[in-house]
Amino acid sequence: MHVDAITAVLLAMLGGAIRVSTPFLFVSLGETITEKAGRINLGLEGTLVMGAMSAYAASLHSSQPWLGVLAAAGAGAVFGLLHGLLASLRRVNDIALGIALMLLGTGLAFYWGKAYIQPQAPTLTAFHFGAWSDSPALRSALDINPLFVAGLVLAFALHWAFANTRLGLTLRLVGDSEAAARAAGAAVIPIRIAATVFGGALAGVGGAFLSLFYPGSWNEGLSNGQGIMAVALVIFARWQPRRCVLAALMFGAAGAIGPALQSVGISSGYYLFNAAPYALTLLLMTLTCSRDTSLKGAPGELSLNR
Amino acid sequence: MSAAPARPRPLIDALLPLAALAIALMLFSLFVALEGQAPLEVLETIFAGAFGDAFGWQNTLLRAAPLILTGLAVALPARAGLVIIGGEGALAFGALGAAAVAVPLAGSPNLLLWLAMALAGMLAGGVLIGFAGALRQWRGVNETISSLLLSYIAVALMNHFVEGPLRDPASLNKPSTYPLAPEAMLGALPGLDVHVGLAVGVVCALLAWVFLRFTVWGFAVRVVGGNPRAAAMAGLAVTPWVIGLCAAGGAMAGLAGMIEVAAVHGACNASVLVGYGHAGILIAFIARQNPLAVVPAAILIGGIGAAGSLLQRRLDMPDATVLVLQGILFVVLIAIETLRGHAWRLPQLATPRRSPTPALAAKTDVSV
Repeated sequence: MHVDAITAVLLAMLGGAIRVSTPFLFVSLGETITEKAGRINLGLEGTLVMGAMSAYAASLHSSQPWLGVLAAAGAGAVFGLLHGLLASLRRVNDIALGIALMLLGTGLAFYWGKAYIQPQAPTLTAFHFGAWSDSPALRSALDINPLFVAGLVLAFALHWAFANTRLGLTLRLVGDSEAAARAAGAAVIPIRIAATVFGGALAGVGGAFLSLFYPGSWNEGLSNGQGIMAVALVIFARWQPRRCVLAALMFGAAGAIGPALQSVGISSGYYLFNAAPYALTLLLMTLTCSRDTSLKGAPGELSLNR
Repeated sequence: MSAAPARPRPLIDALLPLAALAIALMLFSLFVALEGQAPLEVLETIFAGAFGDAFGWQNTLLRAAPLILTGLAVALPARAGLVIIGGEGALAFGALGAAAVAVPLAGSPNLLLWLAMALAGMLAGGVLIGFAGALRQWRGVNETISSLLLSYIAVALMNHFVEGPLRDPASLNKPSTYPLAPEAMLGALPGLDVHVGLAVGVVCALLAWVFLRFTVWGFAVRVVGGNPRAAAMAGLAVTPWVIGLCAAGGAMAGLAGMIEVAAVHGACNASVLVGYGHAGILIAFIARQNPLAVVPAAILIGGIGAAGSLLQRRLDMPDATVLVLQGILFVVLIAIETLRGHAWRLPQLATPRRSPTPALAAKTDVSV
């Protein structure tokens, strides 16, 4: 392969990473908050799809893409609330409940979304950070969506808040030791529910990015497990918001390998490269998990590390 | 804590899935009413489409055949305490494996061909899900997430082979593997318009039930699933059991893929992936991981699926309507676990607390 081609592939992967990582970033930040409070929500895959559909519908009806983002956050919050409330019942397993809500979320999104497969809704516009460059590849790589920027800011804000605010400390206490949290007078269940609602809202916003920016339309195959991958990504990021950014970018780049190679004329194995982000996720989980010790940095009340 | 072990009330507990079905139907009716449809008419149409006449039953049983197997794919690993959700990928792998051996063996005696296809399908699915079990035992990787990731990888591999190395050049706009000869297809059951896959599914469910209920190994599985630490102390080799049950489950889903290829589609292509693997999760939960109960649960879910086209034709409702019903049913089914063993003292449930019971609902049920 020529140097030019390699540069083109790398640029396309960089662009792809920035373009594709936003949903991973939002879902993983949301799941980080939920898991810090001691719950797991595997239903975020369904929430993501639901968010994508609601965003597209709201944007189409209002002609305001940002109202679509708001609608997605609202829909995500409703699903988060459902998970938060039901998982608070005795003997209700949060992992199984998540799978059930994943199915329900996709079902509802497909049901209501049927009407939105054809029409074209107004989508979000990107910042053109690459306007200074002559290279079209670089320019398109640096067309960055405001939601990506918002995700970056959020990651750092969350990192600060977990360490420095009263709410952040209480949240971590609730997730690490329920007994200690009760002794300290924290309202364990309401905090868990609130954390799940917030996590759901963020996952909804991640979905809004899919339907309102990239690929920028609504269809039923919009998300191929990105919500689930984001849950795995949280484990890799060790429940640290700032590391979620890095992990999301990496996943985005992995997902962009196939299209990037195709753009320079290498199309054999295109479907194999589709497996790259999943294989990468699995590899990272395998490398970072351990049989004997509980995961470093994992909230103590998490049912993931049974 | 007041959640001390209650006196078991098996009868009330056995009724809980039925109660969940009733509640789910009510919620679904509400949803349908809010969507401007007449709930009774919708429910009636679903029933008519699923069980109303011979055509409905045939349609239902055709779907139930692979669903029994994908239900077992979730129920068997659940016996060891594992929640596996990668059945769709195991089915894809099974279909691919079956189609792959069918090409070089074309022209062989049918029995040999079927056996080879079934073995290849089971091996492919078994290796995939067995790997998820191995990762869990050896590396502590959560099997729920890993099995779903493996499922996506398997589907991508299936696409790769169907669109590339194994593609029949004659399949123009619908990439497929080379088709089976018509006489090599699995035929219908005597007297029925349903292929033999249904019998294969029922036999597998029976075998799994007998194995778990009446053999020493079945007892070992129950100990492993009930308390892995105690099982290890009692000298049971927990890891092989867990991996083995995962592999057995994956083999069931792989067999479902083989049946779809050999009895329905005649080749491996994208149309084998219609969500049977995902529906298997719901079926296993309805059946409370009991292999025998998987059969009626699969018929129920198969019926709901079969009703989809009638809903579309008669009431002009989206085909996702049946997905919504399945989703509601699943959520209610999980939520109603809170009543297990306690349905007779409802008032005390007003103060929810995190229960010390094992993380898995499936774990708490050790009776087969």
